[in-house]
Amino acid sequence: MSSRIPIVPESTEPLPGLGENTGLLSWVASIDHKQIGIMYLIGTLIYFVIGGLEALMIRTQLAKPGSELLSPEMYNQLFTMHGTTMIFFVVMPFLIGVGVYLVPLMIGARDMAFPRLNALSFWLFAFGGVLLYYSFFTQSGAPDVGWFAYAPLSEKPFSLNNGPTYWALGLLVSGIGSLISGLNNVVTILTMRTPGMTMRRLPLFVWMMLVTSFLLVFVIPIITSAFVMLLLDRLLGATFFTPAFGGSAILWQHFFWGFGHPEVYILVLPAFGIVSEVIPVFSRKPIYGYEFVAGSTVAIGLLSLGVWAHHMFAVGLGNVANAYFSLASMLIAIPTGIKVLNWVSTMWGGRINFAVPMLFATAFIIEFVVGGLSGVAIASVPIDWVVTDSYFIVAHFHYTIFGGSLFAIFAGVYYWFPKFTGRMMSETLGKWHFWLTVVGFNMTFFIQHFLGVMGMPRRTYTYHDMPYWGSMNLISTIGAFIIALSVLVFIWNIIVSLRKGEPAGDNPWKAWTLEWATTSPPPVYNFKLVPPVRGRRPLWDLAHPDSPDEPDAKIVTEGPNG
Amino acid sequence: MEALAGLTYYTIAISVVILGIIVIAVAYIIIRFRKKSGEEGEPYQDFGSLKLEITWTLIPVAIVAVLFLLTCSTMRAVDPPSADREPDIIIIGHQWWWEIVYPESGVITANEVHLPAGRQLLARLESIDVIHDFWVPELGRKIDLVPGHPNYMWIVAGEPGVYLGACAEFCGAQHANMRIRVIAQTEEEFSEWLTRQARIPETPSTGIAAEGAKIFQEIACMNCHTIAGTPAAARVGPSLTYLATRDTIGAGVLTNTPDNIAKWLKNPAKYKPGSLMPNMKLTDEQVNAIVAYLEALDE
Repeated sequence: MSSRIPIVPESTEPLPGLGENTGLLSWVASIDHKQIGIMYLIGTLIYFVIGGLEALMIRTQLAKPGSELLSPEMYNQLFTMHGTTMIFFVVMPFLIGVGVYLVPLMIGARDMAFPRLNALSFWLFAFGGVLLYYSFFTQSGAPDVGWFAYAPLSEKPFSLNNGPTYWALGLLVSGIGSLISGLNNVVTILTMRTPGMTMRRLPLFVWMMLVTSFLLVFVIPIITSAFVMLLLDRLLGATFFTPAFGGSAILWQHFFWGFGHPEVYILVLPAFGIVSEVIPVFSRKPIYGYEFVAGSTVAIGLLSLGVWAHHMFAVGLGNVANAYFSLASMLIAIPTGIKVLNWVSTMWGGRINFAVPMLFATAFIIEFVVGGLSGVAIASVPIDWVVTDSYFIVAHFHYTIFGGSLFAIFAGVYYWFPKFTGRMMSETLGKWHFWLTVVGFNMTFFIQHFLGVMGMPRRTYTYHDMPYWGSMNLISTIGAFIIALSVLVFIWNIIVSLRKGEPAGDNPWKAWTLEWATTSPPPVYNFKLVPPVRGRRPLWDLAHPDSPDEPDAKIVTEGPNG
Repeated sequence: MEALAGLTYYTIAISVVILGIIVIAVAYIIIRFRKKSGEEGEPYQDFGSLKLEITWTLIPVAIVAVLFLLTCSTMRAVDPPSADREPDIIIIGHQWWWEIVYPESGVITANEVHLPAGRQLLARLESIDVIHDFWVPELGRKIDLVPGHPNYMWIVAGEPGVYLGACAEFCGAQHANMRIRVIAQTEEEFSEWLTRQARIPETPSTGIAAEGAKIFQEIACMNCHTIAGTPAAARVGPSLTYLATRDTIGAGVLTNTPDNIAKWLKNPAKYKPGSLMPNMKLTDEQVNAIVAYLEALDE
């Protein structure tokens, strides 16, 4: 294979790996995609706990009207850091990390195309977060301008402290890591596939990682240039975003959302990929309409590049621009709807095993549909004019990012934990985790739709003059503590299962993609022998030689497109 | 507003139907297609159906088309072109209060928008510092106040009454306490209010209020605030000409009583931490004199 694809560098010495040396150095110095993937997962779990604690403090402050637990400055730092952390240091790196671990296995490769760049991506992510969080220990405190840091509030005249500088620098560093990771994934998926693994046989998770990676390559440069301009403004006295000196406040928003909306799909497409792997395996059926699930992903990826100004309907861009962005945003509902219906049809007629991964995947469908429908509603400009910047929006994006991405992430963790560690996670604790999450999540966020419609603006540390919002906020806060409890159960499950979980074997779920054809955890070199690929479900074909998916397919031994 | 209500109900109806279909389908699947004990082997391997895929692509296309047309017509109804008309009101966002200007009469006030009920006015919205957003939920749409980019919005309140609103775009430390009150009055009450606000008050010449007037001019108050008919003409902070006629102080942090004004003057940061109004370290006598002066302006 290496002779056919010279673009891929071959290591001349053995890669440091999970082998005999399992000391700290073997991790820090590792360029093995599985170790790097695991480090991503551990890193995101740490940031998840930190971001969750920030959310708990926010909800505690809001539990009653006129609470004086937190100062406004501290409250503003907390919601800024909560949003920034959950998006840039939890959901996004988790999905990149799980991709780094699984993509080479799923396409039958030995590692990523550029293993050293892979390590660089991880360390840029990790240290970008450290740089951001270091701000808490400085005199000025953490950034306090919101996760989209609208100019000119984020400019020097209105934010004299160094918070926004740390924010831009930390995200600049981790963003370069994401960009490199995107490139690495694109090259890996396009060039490292095992013989027989054509694009039409690619596992859907890999398809979605491919589209996500293209998005990363396209949009990270947009936000990186915006960060550089903001830093020039703040540190060297440039005026890109300061209207008082000829700059434009709206320009920042175009840059930010030009990145920021595709980012939403970067957060959710790999999650779609996870669900598209889990649902067929637990329904014991192939994915319904493979071409449409894969094709709709490409459609979403392309459309997502042209919808950014639906975050800016209240800015006053004019109704022609508003109408265009409204239509483009509504169109995304079509490929997304196709996906949902294909997942449901995959389950239809199946013999479904509702183990924990499938529970989360099933709940994901419902929660995500709620978030998707409120998304269509706010794509309609006049409705957006009423509810934007209110708690309705907070409810909406938590239904997509928590109810969507995070539910899928939990499904993925329970599904692949046996592969990562060689042990099963506890089903009992998993079910506790699942039900607490479902109850806590809906209790916290569904009611926020109504708070928004009633007039509660987001990002307000107090509502002392609106006491009748108190009871609804209290319900939301109780829900947040139930989520916290569910996370404790989840972490406890990980710890217990790592020590005493039942041995998993190679393929505990009787799944069909290539990562299940090797040992759990896989050896450094991944596969002794990659099984022949002559259909979308190589392990199904092996198990059912009399009824393979593609009866006429020939076994090929050379080239991915043979 | 009627067009907006129609669009909203239509959207909610579609959403409920779609969510209902998905929930019922999933619930049915959970009951019907759960693996039963004793079931062995694999179910029928179904790879998809082109007909179904085309159907559930075309139906959403139709829904989106209808929704988009409704969106466009509602957008026009809610936000008709203003045809180069001069604005009736100018609303200027400040960190963290609202300056309200009636250009025709020259009246400048703060944090309370008085309107004649039932009459549609054109508002121009500007910002002096960062981006704010004017939102009074009962009056419909919200709109950003963007520095260097004036926006226009039609504003109408059907019935006389007080409509509460707030800044909806995060604008810094006291974003939460940037409340706005829209006070809709009958035409007579409104024109009475406007005439009264346009009058130049007399500076009190005797008693403690006269003392207050002197203090106001001597210490730094006039660097930021306006009082019509005096050298104090700065617009950094709210105009105080007829402060006594307003319902609240500090853009909604306290109800407007002489006691509360005194408390506020002693230590603004206690009630609005982060507020740009400094603590002037006034003595009780100075505070009482200034309060008496501000109250006397309305007599």
